[in-house]
Amino acid sequence: MDYSQFLYMPQELGLLIVFLFVFLFDTFLPKRNQTSLPVLTAVLFGIFTVCNYFMLVRGTAFSGMFESTAATYVMKVILNIGVLIVLIQSIRWSNSEEMAIRRGEFYELLLLTVFGMYLMISARHFLLFVIGLETASLPLAALVAFHKKRYESHEAAAKYMFTAVFSSAVFLMGLSFVYGLFGSLYFSDIAYQVVNNTSAVLVVALAFVIAGIGFKLSLVPFHLWTADVYQGAPTPVTSYLSVISKGAAAFAFMVVLVQVFGAAYSKVWEWMLYAIIVLTITLGNLFAIRQRNIKRFLAFSSISQAGYIMLGVIGGNELGLASLMFYVLVYIFSNLAAFGVAFAIEQQSGKVSIDDYNGLYKTNPWLSFTMMLAMFSLAGIPPFAGFFSKFFIFTSALECGETSIYVLVLIALINTIVSLYYYLLVVKAMFISPDECSVARFRSSCGERVAMIVCTFGIILTGIVSCIYTFLVEAAQDGTTMFGMLN
Amino acid sequence: MELSYTVAVLIIPVFMFLFLGIVGVKLSKKTAGILGTVAMGITTVIAYAAALTYFFGTDQGQVVDGVRQQLTVLDMTWLEFTKNLVIKIGVLLDPISAMMLIVISTVSFMVHLYSLGYMDGERGFQRYYAFLSLFTFSMLGLVLATNIFQMYIFWELVGVSSYLLIGFYYTLPAAVSASKKAFIVTRFADLGFLIGILILSFYTDTFDFLTLTSDPQAAISTAGGATFLGCSVMTWALTLIFVGGAGKSAMFPLHIWLPDAMEGPTPVSALIHAATMVVAGVYLVARLFPLYAVDAAALDIITVVGAFTALYAAAVACVQSDIKRVLAFSTISQIAFMITSLGVASPELHHGVGYMASMFHLFTHAMFKALLFLCAGAIIHAVHSNEMSAMGGLRKYMPICHIAFLIGCLAIAGIPPFAGFFSKDEILVAAYNNSPVWGVWLSVVAGMTAFYMFRLYYKIFWWNNPDYGHHTPHEAPMTMTFPLIFLGLVSIVAGFIPFGEFVTWNREPYEIHLDWTVAGTSIVIALIGIGLATVMYRKENNIPEQLANRFRGLWTAAYHRFYMDELYQFITHKIIFACISKPIAWFDRRIIDGTMDMLANITNSASFAVRRMQSGSVQTYVWFYLIGAVAAAVITIICLI
Repeated sequence: MDYSQFLYMPQELGLLIVFLFVFLFDTFLPKRNQTSLPVLTAVLFGIFTVCNYFMLVRGTAFSGMFESTAATYVMKVILNIGVLIVLIQSIRWSNSEEMAIRRGEFYELLLLTVFGMYLMISARHFLLFVIGLETASLPLAALVAFHKKRYESHEAAAKYMFTAVFSSAVFLMGLSFVYGLFGSLYFSDIAYQVVNNTSAVLVVALAFVIAGIGFKLSLVPFHLWTADVYQGAPTPVTSYLSVISKGAAAFAFMVVLVQVFGAAYSKVWEWMLYAIIVLTITLGNLFAIRQRNIKRFLAFSSISQAGYIMLGVIGGNELGLASLMFYVLVYIFSNLAAFGVAFAIEQQSGKVSIDDYNGLYKTNPWLSFTMMLAMFSLAGIPPFAGFFSKFFIFTSALECGETSIYVLVLIALINTIVSLYYYLLVVKAMFISPDECSVARFRSSCGERVAMIVCTFGIILTGIVSCIYTFLVEAAQDGTTMFGMLN
Repeated sequence: MELSYTVAVLIIPVFMFLFLGIVGVKLSKKTAGILGTVAMGITTVIAYAAALTYFFGTDQGQVVDGVRQQLTVLDMTWLEFTKNLVIKIGVLLDPISAMMLIVISTVSFMVHLYSLGYMDGERGFQRYYAFLSLFTFSMLGLVLATNIFQMYIFWELVGVSSYLLIGFYYTLPAAVSASKKAFIVTRFADLGFLIGILILSFYTDTFDFLTLTSDPQAAISTAGGATFLGCSVMTWALTLIFVGGAGKSAMFPLHIWLPDAMEGPTPVSALIHAATMVVAGVYLVARLFPLYAVDAAALDIITVVGAFTALYAAAVACVQSDIKRVLAFSTISQIAFMITSLGVASPELHHGVGYMASMFHLFTHAMFKALLFLCAGAIIHAVHSNEMSAMGGLRKYMPICHIAFLIGCLAIAGIPPFAGFFSKDEILVAAYNNSPVWGVWLSVVAGMTAFYMFRLYYKIFWWNNPDYGHHTPHEAPMTMTFPLIFLGLVSIVAGFIPFGEFVTWNREPYEIHLDWTVAGTSIVIALIGIGLATVMYRKENNIPEQLANRFRGLWTAAYHRFYMDELYQFITHKIIFACISKPIAWFDRRIIDGTMDMLANITNSASFAVRRMQSGSVQTYVWFYLIGAVAAAVITIICLI
């Protein structure tokens, strides 16, 4: 075996090194010194993130099972930024009494899922893809159950576990159809043969594959686990689930649908995807209106955001890919800001209802301000980054110039107004005060503040600093080999 | 280019916003207010310098062959979206943007100054000044935009900052709900704007105003005669863009947010709801006027919407009892005048006089309406109420305010030599040129304007003398009266500006001739309106009540603003909530939460996971999941067959 091919996966190796360090510290550090572990992990991961930025290599490894391009590199960098913010955010939480002896596991499991996501993104063979998918899914069940003494946490974990296993089963079923049809699990082989194939078996296979990944993205109707799990899981895990896990799934989805099944696009899965997008955006929105629990609310809002992310897949060109990556980046900042505030408040006072946010402005103006920015960005109001990400993704979808897409984009646009309504409900709750706020004035921990500041700058600057988008477009163009099949 | 210093009018306010926003709380209230005002003063000076250099200078190619040029004094590529679609940011100086520079900076500076007195002692004084700076920045950015995309971004930023300003009294539920309403209604309209921009840029491959308007015929024909639902797509695009403008400019039926927005601080109303933000729609249409001019269908829509709104809002204004609401409806009506004027301005008629008239009226109206709002603020400050019934006989207590208000009323009623007379007269000329129907229509509305404004005037300053008790109303402090005096003087002289020299649709000078038949008629009509108001409201009497009783139905309908808000309430709450949200909520509560609650009650033991499965919740999820996957496959297969 040619060991030099491992050099094509520098990100994965780097992550493994971080993982091993954390593991060693966890094992050999005296237990009483373990409060330094969260900070240590964050620092290590921060260094890794920075190094990662300089680790662009192109090439394939393991007989074409694994590919590294500029596009996959950028996707991993984006995920890293998100993971880093989550790590910083959760420092105080993982130093709490409750976490005393399980701190190490939390970080190990978390880093493992990141590793799985990396594999998903870079896989060019379904076997590796499935390994990545499972590595990214199963440790998450353990993370969801991390609040050992809380009933909801267990319930959420059980739900997550069952649904994840079930969706894996469906996904593998779809894959077995694919293998039966084409006799290979290499992306390139399948893509080559899928042209002009409109057999019913392919449709079923596709539907099952979409369902399998749709579970991770919580697309309607594969979303039902989302709200319960988000609500029950510890908040750092929820934000991780809603942002990182979802972002990685979106990247993988784009790769699989466009690169593998791109040729069958207009014939087979075009309408399937339309229906899923419309359902996801609309139902996510309508459910979100009525939520009073902030985590449930963010869960439904993230379902609807996933629908917008999918619009980038519709574009199916390098513009679509760039817009999708940009959308995920902005979504990371906005959603993590929202979760950061919700988390800080939950940590401090245990309050999770939107009603408890009434008059928050008076007691905690900075938190309210951050939350307001996050809501504005999620709602897509210029000049915040959320507007640009929506604008780019709509334009990239429109680029294909079919009438049906106009209707789709119109529905999505109307939904942005609906979403504005409920995002403003939160803003209204914070700034209106019929009675005194039930959350007392407090100072959030250093880590939480750093994370919030990073997110705030992200929300304001990613939209305005145009070179970020240009950078993504260049990266996407580098990955254009994957779009050859579509047009 | 030398004029590039214009960009400072954007940089100073945005810097002040950041400064006051971040370190404002550490400063004393007075320092923050004075800093904000001084910064705005400097901005005003620069804005004046830029505008005057543009209008009167010759050394930088401002005028070529008697035609004023459109100068792009700053141009940067922000993003190359696709090869053809490049988004730029820049600063465009042309007659209308230079004029708007003057309007915005003047009114904004006056409001900054006035607020020193008016907002004295309010909580969050520093925050208020930060928001004012933000608003000024976004409004100036809007008018200086070189392309429609940049304009859209500032357009929304204006919306955000006005949302923050209207909701400034965040302790008042009414203020907060008003700010939300304003935000959502205008956002809804902006959706139209955005779609319009997307269509327009899709066909023309450009966002640039100059490229679009220099050859409108070519821009329109890029659509290649494509149609949608029987209209050409360009008509759709232009109409949708107008919808965005109609939202911001409070045209019927999107006007409902403006009266409620009066819950905000009064100086904010003077700035946002009289002089600047609400005319953004007029400005937008004027900016794209060459495109509208070749699309008769879009122009007709604009005319009809404008004319109807003018009448509707005037009718409502006649019976309101809250002085700020009267002013709000009067603003709607006056802006509708400007919109109509653009609608009737065909280039072939009288050198497109409607365009010039509209901009002229925008200019004068900004001055006298800001004056009226600031007076109203002083009055409210003195009597602590918005209701007319709490006022009366105030001319003895507040002489400066009285004179200023009277000047404002005379100006808006169109009595020479006050500013409103000249601009409104040009609008009427344009309307009569287009069609006598619109001419007569607008004349009637002008008469109503005179009537309701003097009704307001008499009810505040004459009528009766309510017992003010120990709390005698008194004149406002100097920081508040100075803006009144200044704007009052402007309202007297602004009409004599030879506006046609500066702003015309083809940017060639045009000499205004007063058409004395039209002018004479409009003076007579205005005098009739004023006379009627004098008879009915000068002294306390029961004529108004008798009239109201006689036309009970009409009066009640008008008082309730023809039930437009109720209609919206009905549609949003009854129909949308009942038919869509409620079933969904039921599903969520019964199926999702219901199973949760049930389980929470049952489960105490460690076997919860097993029970959970038996109870069906996860099974339900999985069941839906499978149904979804299979349905996706089956439906697609059916479609393929």
